Amino acid sequence: MNINDPNFLPWLIPVGPLLAFLIITLITNRSKSVLATSAEYGDHNHPGYPGLKVPVVSDLGRVASIVVGLSGIIAAWLISLNVVGYVGGFEHHFGEEVFGSSVPWLATGTTSFNMGVLVDPLTTIMLIMVPLACTMIFIYSIGYMAHDPRQARFFALISLFAGAMLTLVVADNLLLLFVGWEIMGVCSYLLIGFWYEKESAYKAAIKAFTTTRVADVVMLLGIAYLYSETGTLSFRDILYNAEVLNHLATTPAIVFGGISAAGLIGVFLVIGTIGKSAQFPLHVWLPDAMEGPTPVSAMIHAAAMVSAGIYAIIRMYPLLAAGGHPHDGDLTSPLTLMAIVGAFTALFAATIAVAQNDVKKVLAYSTISQLGFMMAALGIGAYIAAAFHLITHAFFKALLFMASGSVIHGMEHGAHHVHEHAHGDDDHGHDEHAAHDAHAHDDHGHDDHDVHGEAHAEPHFDPQDMMNMGGLRKTMPVTFYTFLIGGLSLAGFPLLTAGFWSKDEILADAYLGLTHGYGPHALVFVCLAVAAFLTAFYTMRQLGLTFWGEPRTEEAAHANLGQGVVSVTMTLPLIILAFFAIFAGFVGVPSDFPILGSIFSPEHNPFHHFVGATLLPEMQSASPPFNIVPVLTSFVVALGGLGLGYMMYWRKPLVAGEPDPVIAILGDGLYTTLKNKYYFDELYTAIFIKPSQWFSRVVVSEFIDKGVIDTILHLIARLFVWTGDLIKVLNLWLIDGVGDGIPRAIGAFGVWFRRIQTGRAQQYLLFIAIAAILIGIIFAVSAGILQAGG
Amino acid sequence: MSMTEGFVFPVLSVIVFTPIIAAVIMLFIDGERRDLIRGISITAASIVLILSAAVFFGYNAQVGDVTENQAAISAAAGDSPATTMFKDGLAFEEHVTWVESLGISYHLGVDGLNAPMVLLTGMVTVAGVLISWRLEDRTREFMAFFMLLVAGVYGVFVSIDMFVLFFFYELAIFPMYLLIATWGWIKLREYAAMKLTLYILVGSVIALVGVIAMVFVASSFYATPDGAQIFQNAKDAGLIEQSITPFNFNMTSLMLASEHGAFDVAGYAGVETLTFAKLWFPFIFIGFAVLAGLFPFHNWSPDGHVAAPTAVSMIHAGVLMKLGAYAALRAGVQLLPGGAEVHLPWIVFLTLINVVYGAFIAFRQRDFKYVIGFSSVSHMGLVSMGFATMNVIGMTGAGLQMFSHGAMTALFFGCVGMVYDRAHTRDIPSLGGFVKKMPWVAVAFVIGGLTSMGMPGLSGFVAEYPIFVGMWNASDQVHLNIGSFTLSNYYSVMVVIAALGIVITAAYVLRVTGQVFFGEFDAAKYPEVGDIAITDRVILILLGAPLIILGVYPSLMAPMIESGLRPVLAMLGGGA
Repeated sequence: MNINDPNFLPWLIPVGPLLAFLIITLITNRSKSVLATSAEYGDHNHPGYPGLKVPVVSDLGRVASIVVGLSGIIAAWLISLNVVGYVGGFEHHFGEEVFGSSVPWLATGTTSFNMGVLVDPLTTIMLIMVPLACTMIFIYSIGYMAHDPRQARFFALISLFAGAMLTLVVADNLLLLFVGWEIMGVCSYLLIGFWYEKESAYKAAIKAFTTTRVADVVMLLGIAYLYSETGTLSFRDILYNAEVLNHLATTPAIVFGGISAAGLIGVFLVIGTIGKSAQFPLHVWLPDAMEGPTPVSAMIHAAAMVSAGIYAIIRMYPLLAAGGHPHDGDLTSPLTLMAIVGAFTALFAATIAVAQNDVKKVLAYSTISQLGFMMAALGIGAYIAAAFHLITHAFFKALLFMASGSVIHGMEHGAHHVHEHAHGDDDHGHDEHAAHDAHAHDDHGHDDHDVHGEAHAEPHFDPQDMMNMGGLRKTMPVTFYTFLIGGLSLAGFPLLTAGFWSKDEILADAYLGLTHGYGPHALVFVCLAVAAFLTAFYTMRQLGLTFWGEPRTEEAAHANLGQGVVSVTMTLPLIILAFFAIFAGFVGVPSDFPILGSIFSPEHNPFHHFVGATLLPEMQSASPPFNIVPVLTSFVVALGGLGLGYMMYWRKPLVAGEPDPVIAILGDGLYTTLKNKYYFDELYTAIFIKPSQWFSRVVVSEFIDKGVIDTILHLIARLFVWTGDLIKVLNLWLIDGVGDGIPRAIGAFGVWFRRIQTGRAQQYLLFIAIAAILIGIIFAVSAGILQAGG
Repeated sequence: MSMTEGFVFPVLSVIVFTPIIAAVIMLFIDGERRDLIRGISITAASIVLILSAAVFFGYNAQVGDVTENQAAISAAAGDSPATTMFKDGLAFEEHVTWVESLGISYHLGVDGLNAPMVLLTGMVTVAGVLISWRLEDRTREFMAFFMLLVAGVYGVFVSIDMFVLFFFYELAIFPMYLLIATWGWIKLREYAAMKLTLYILVGSVIALVGVIAMVFVASSFYATPDGAQIFQNAKDAGLIEQSITPFNFNMTSLMLASEHGAFDVAGYAGVETLTFAKLWFPFIFIGFAVLAGLFPFHNWSPDGHVAAPTAVSMIHAGVLMKLGAYAALRAGVQLLPGGAEVHLPWIVFLTLINVVYGAFIAFRQRDFKYVIGFSSVSHMGLVSMGFATMNVIGMTGAGLQMFSHGAMTALFFGCVGMVYDRAHTRDIPSLGGFVKKMPWVAVAFVIGGLTSMGMPGLSGFVAEYPIFVGMWNASDQVHLNIGSFTLSNYYSVMVVIAALGIVITAAYVLRVTGQVFFGEFDAAKYPEVGDIAITDRVILILLGAPLIILGVYPSLMAPMIESGLRPVLAMLGGGA
């Protein structure tokens, strides 16, 4: 097989990271163990285990695992670029060919199920984004996870995560996509719970896994239904085949009358995405997922997990839209579901983000909100806009997460600095300078502040609380500027940033529908516009609270990244991603946009043209004609939100001890509600978790199983015992009685028995009669058997 | 495959009798010489495993031919296609007339359905011996009974004669009682052993009565002129051995009678619409399915699992429950398809309850072992549900699930046993942080846990996914008639509800994993907890590796199971 054959090449893309996972797991298996209380790792926030050994990878193993992990993802990146080159048309026409190959995997029935890879324009854009973002996250992790005793394990897991995502991206069928999808679920479980000694971490891991699992199972049902309806799960056979789509759209669904098979399957798949991409009402796991190390958050929020959810529905769009014409206002059930859920989630999550003080939680809710944008866009048929926003969002969100990681890292550093000075001598046996340095690299405690606080018996200090920050621009300039770029892109700062172009396109599509008077389009337009305004506002609030003004705590004053490898590996990815957070948008400038259109898109909108080819011709739509209203809306909401944030948090920066000005505007009640995320966690505990625990404990376990079934069983057992006693009595009475005499039997077996002695003759007869009837029945039945046989 | 001339190594007999011989030898050895006894046990178990693997892979090499022959038989549309397919699919056959007057013959054979079960039994046997390695209390008796149990299990799986099948079935139950009652968990063992034995005995007696009735009906069918002709033709075609009389317990002969409608004659027992199959199917199917933990006859199983010593729990949940499902499939669905079509559409409700109900109870258990016990109830529900689809994909899933669940649950019980041996408690909330001390066990448990929640890449997924697809496929094929009312299309609703069971499975697996293996470790409370011995690692690899191999490469087993199902499906298609 020719290794450079573009049909074969995609197979190799996930291989690098997957291989890296295996190699790291194997090489670090023979690691040394150190005492958990040893000086080398004793200052970590791990709970101490006196006398116990913690497996720690040797320095060589650690470096080797970093090298292997990085090589894996870079190999994937290079192969991806090679594939992109083929699709992008060195020798072929631009995006007109679909590459792929498959091998048989499981024969079921008369057909064999094939597993394979496929590269079409949609895959291509994912292949540009995913390996790039992953590589950046890997580089960042070198610094961020340095000196964590389990850095090797981290690299193994994150490689598996990346491998799973790439598998999902190149999959040519829904089942392989699902395989990648689920492996990512497992990785997210293991990585969110990476610091598993912390109860909050493994609880968050369980929550994330269980919540997405609920949705995954529904999705699997959809896949099973699709397979039973069409006999295939291959994208080529379903999505590129108008006949199959038409068949699915016209077949009524097997249950829930009135909806087509395509509709029901679509709804199942969309529910899968609602879980994976943390849409309302299954959004609750994502903010808790912040318990994992920050690079994991970047991985989950940008490069992989939640993007996978949106990617899946973009991929399956032809099926979801089968039988409907979203551009003519005719939405199918899954599209309607997506439009409503997406629009609502976008707005709902944005309101929560306004009242969060944790630097990562703000970003977590902004992710939920932005995913809502994509979901809503897809719901109204803005296929390309959704894909566009997926890509730009991945870049600026990965940037924002890693920048926030740097902020936390810097704050930790500051906290250690303060701690050293407050205590004078250090308790780790280093001289002050060395201790200072060691702390600078002591990254393990980033998200581990609770344990940290206890360990040092100090008042609780939260390095993630923005109220503790302020003025960080002075000590952490690179982080500030890159964070600013990411933030502006998220806010959709007009014309310059990538976020503007993708968000604008969604609004333009929605507005086009609105002008035709389509309800869902109008809903989407209004919700997204308001959400965009809030996004700009909370971004500015976050930037102001974190970087502007004067430091509000001693820790913030001393926050910085230090020098050396840690600092370089943590800032380089930020700079690279900042580039994409700005310039990625220019590939999708509408060609009829005044001035800029003729510069960037002289012939046609390049992104639109390229990705549009993924759809069947009859499903494609022209990009919406230029209209000043949505563009103006984009301008107004972005600049308005940014301006309001500027007025409130930059013009007069918050000083220590002052309450957040947003409280005054919102009022205490609303602010508290938002801060507590509308109490959804409490609500779910009350309506799902408690009742199901009660149900399984009281109803199923105690009532049915122990109560009903075992009681019946025990009654039967007692009946048998009683019968046994009776027969024993009869035995003594009838048989032994002849020889030994009745009085002994009577003496031994109860007073009641004496009472029936008088009727002995009749009872004799009764028993004979019963026996005769029984024998008669047996004869009758066996005769019947013989007759029926004859 | 047809019989070959000359001497053939009787591999199946060797597999069945090696444990019996080992048990007999042990009885002549001084009970204090424990190492010798362990040596004999592991030798016997290893021989059995190697031969089982040889049978499995030997049969696997023939699956292509078998499948081709089946296609040819199906295309030729002869007299008795289903029986011909079944007979053709049998390999490693051995046939010796035993009691001619009663039509009993010692007849063993392997087809696509039981070959995976043979392999599974070999794996669990070796694992069971290894995990009992450090048992000091009456080692000799324990190992001897364990070997008898293994022999019984093997016997059931490879019997082609229904009488021999019952013989081995009872042979398996008797040592089970003693093993639990003598070496089990002291608080529960007598109750659980009695409960288990009674449930299974009652179930099997009911099934036995049904099978004897079946033999009578078949023999009177063969007494009719048409029947005699069919019988003679089958003998001439080599489907039935020449020495067999019309009154016999041979599965092939009973299947032949069934294929020609002997059990579907209306007016059975004087009732106009009743047939033999319709009346007796529930008794035979459920009689065996008691051992597969079918609701509401499942309650013996969690108590039995918990009370039993680890090795017995492993073989019990791993293999014995499959015995029930296997026998229910063979004697129920394969021989009485006319009854299956009528009754499985309601039995599926019981299987659904199994799935969801077992998961719910498992979710709330504090005892580590009860969690696994109820999870078995839940997973075995999926096996029966797969049978109830009555189509190739769903039943293939059920076959895969039998193997997958067998290895997985044995692995689970192995892990629980290893934790219990060192921590001396199974109370989940008081455990924690064991990953630090027992990383191998933690990894194995996580692999098992991911398998049980149907994670792709592991065998649970390749089993559950076809069952789901099968349920969807069956949805518009299956109808349930209750009086004049017909219920249709409800399978698709049931599969949605069954999916709930999978979600709860994820919840309880994660909960247990989190509480037992993660979190804080209390070194003062568990001073004896340390890493496991090499024998334990062998167990974990032996049982864990197949989960991954099958998950990545299901074609290793799926085509084989499918070839075994084709005769059954042919019966279902043309049986009525």
